[in-house]
Amino acid sequence: MQTMPQEKTDRTVIRLQDVRRIYKVGVERIHALDGIDLDIRKNEYVAVMGPSGSGKSTLMNILGCLDRCTSGTYELNGRNTTRLSSGGLAHVRNTQIGFVFQSFELLPRLNALKNVELSLIYAAGTTWLSRRTRARETLVRVGLTERVKHRPNQLSGGEKQRVAIARALSNNPSILLADEPTGNLDTKTSEGVMKLFDQLHREGQTIIIVTHEEHVARHAERILQMRDGQIISDERTGPNRVTPPSQEAHHE
Amino acid sequence: MIRLLATPLLFVALLLQSIRLALGQIWANKMRSTLTTIGIVIGVAAVTAVIAALTGLRAKVLKEFETFGTNKIFIIPHWPREGKFRHFNWRHIRFMPKQFENLLERCPSIEDYTLMTERSLTVYHGVQNIEGASINGINPSWHRIENRSVIIGRPFTLMDEEHGWQVCLITPDVRDELRLDRDCIGKRIVVGRRSFEIVGVVEGRVKGGMFGDMGSSKEVFIPFETAWRLWEPWIYAVASCREPELSKEAQAELRFYLRQTRRLGPGDPDTFRLEVIEEYLKSFNKVAMAITAVAGGVVGISLLVGGVGIMNIMLVSVSERTREIGLRKAVGAKPSAILLQFLVEAIVLCLFGGLLGILIGQGMTSMIAKIPNSGLDMAYIPLWAVGLSFGFAATVGVFFGMFPAIKAARLDPIEALRHE
Repeated sequence: MQTMPQEKTDRTVIRLQDVRRIYKVGVERIHALDGIDLDIRKNEYVAVMGPSGSGKSTLMNILGCLDRCTSGTYELNGRNTTRLSSGGLAHVRNTQIGFVFQSFELLPRLNALKNVELSLIYAAGTTWLSRRTRARETLVRVGLTERVKHRPNQLSGGEKQRVAIARALSNNPSILLADEPTGNLDTKTSEGVMKLFDQLHREGQTIIIVTHEEHVARHAERILQMRDGQIISDERTGPNRVTPPSQEAHHE
Repeated sequence: MIRLLATPLLFVALLLQSIRLALGQIWANKMRSTLTTIGIVIGVAAVTAVIAALTGLRAKVLKEFETFGTNKIFIIPHWPREGKFRHFNWRHIRFMPKQFENLLERCPSIEDYTLMTERSLTVYHGVQNIEGASINGINPSWHRIENRSVIIGRPFTLMDEEHGWQVCLITPDVRDELRLDRDCIGKRIVVGRRSFEIVGVVEGRVKGGMFGDMGSSKEVFIPFETAWRLWEPWIYAVASCREPELSKEAQAELRFYLRQTRRLGPGDPDTFRLEVIEEYLKSFNKVAMAITAVAGGVVGISLLVGGVGIMNIMLVSVSERTREIGLRKAVGAKPSAILLQFLVEAIVLCLFGGLLGILIGQGMTSMIAKIPNSGLDMAYIPLWAVGLSFGFAATVGVFFGMFPAIKAARLDPIEALRHE
């Protein structure tokens, strides 16, 4: 573990320094990420935009600890994740990261409540009762009080995505990563889901959304434009709250 | 402290979770699971049925020995393979009644003994006859050694013995086949051209067992002295020792006594053999072991085939659920947790097969037990065989489930989530 200077640890959640990700396809080397430097502070609401092949998905995978960078360092909450084992990365994902996917990725045989419990199953020291309670609370937080015993195929698209967001939030993550969260939803439902993200942001959640839709990105307060594995623009479009309104403890 | 406790607790929680998931998975694919486990089912069913049959047979044999008497010693003439007696003719090898004259005084561990002769003759009564009836010469002490009660009439007495009277005891089978009355005392039958008076009916041998099958149930008993006077046949003896624990001492005493009465010098080999029931039990155990080994081989092959089936279906399961694995990894499942999940699924699948196999084995056992005259009517599956079957099934699950589980655990979450 590497400790950061004090004044930075309480603000900076994500720090990327010269991060590169190179894929080898045959003899060709593809620079999916080509020297990314990025700081994201607590409670920031970031949208990552760019055409397909610009490296935004790779960035997402690296931020989500699903993938390791080829070179450079990635510090999450002041802790260098570059040299963690796959088990160590899994632990980081389990305790600090929440994923929301475009196609929801709910397990069809489990009901909404059990889907939300999924990440808690892999966390140490949770009991059946505490998982159940936490899952119910999180579902309430995303505005789903009914139909919690329904299976995914009995839920609407918006409800599915709410369940998926609840699952991402159930472990109280430091960062919420959403990959095209509205890609499979109609406009009206998309607005509802984006309002939920706004609400979570107001509650102090750090959010990173990958999208290519302008109206989705407008919800964010900081927009990163990517092209050819590099960040070509980084603009703040809204007020960046430095102090979160609720002091939620983020455990490691 | 909490951290120390947390890891095993997490493991138990994951294990329970994995078992729940596995049961759900099997339930969701009922047909597939059943077909997959058929190799295991057949293997386990076969092994439990064979073990049940052998256990039943063994119980039967033991029970028979109890009625037969575990404290009996058979004394049989024996031709030595070497030494000077090799060239002796049969006159020297056969037993003479006088060689047993004061046996009881000289062998304190022996409670009783009877001289025996056995030959096969045709028995007549009027126009009825039985070919190949077993004609046995016995001492009156036979009644104390064999636990066979006299149903009608009286047992042999010393008077019969001393006078060499032509009297006989018959079994109910002989009586029925000769069409004699139920109470046939005083009737006469012809054995070897001589007429014998029936003085009693003695119960037949225990039927359907190892030893019951070895001899005929059509037996005629005559006093030993009578047989001796008529035919001077080959004889053997059956002795009983006072306690089963005294068997070894009794054998030593008998050997010492017989070597004296048969005038064997030091260094001469025995010209007789002492056989006890345990010897038979030993040879039975040998046969049982051989059968078990053969059955074990067959079962091993079928478990191997079954295991390959399990591996195949687990590989299918892993590839079908690649996205699920990807998601589980994304939400923080460690490779070990995924490994556990699929390993447990394979084990549960095998245990399910084991359970089915035991049920079918039980069915087969019940059917085996109903086969008449097979001596298998006591067949049952002992508890250890149930444990063994489940143990084997679980081992197959671990062995053949390991590869697919490792494959699942090693999946890259990004690729897994991209899988269609």
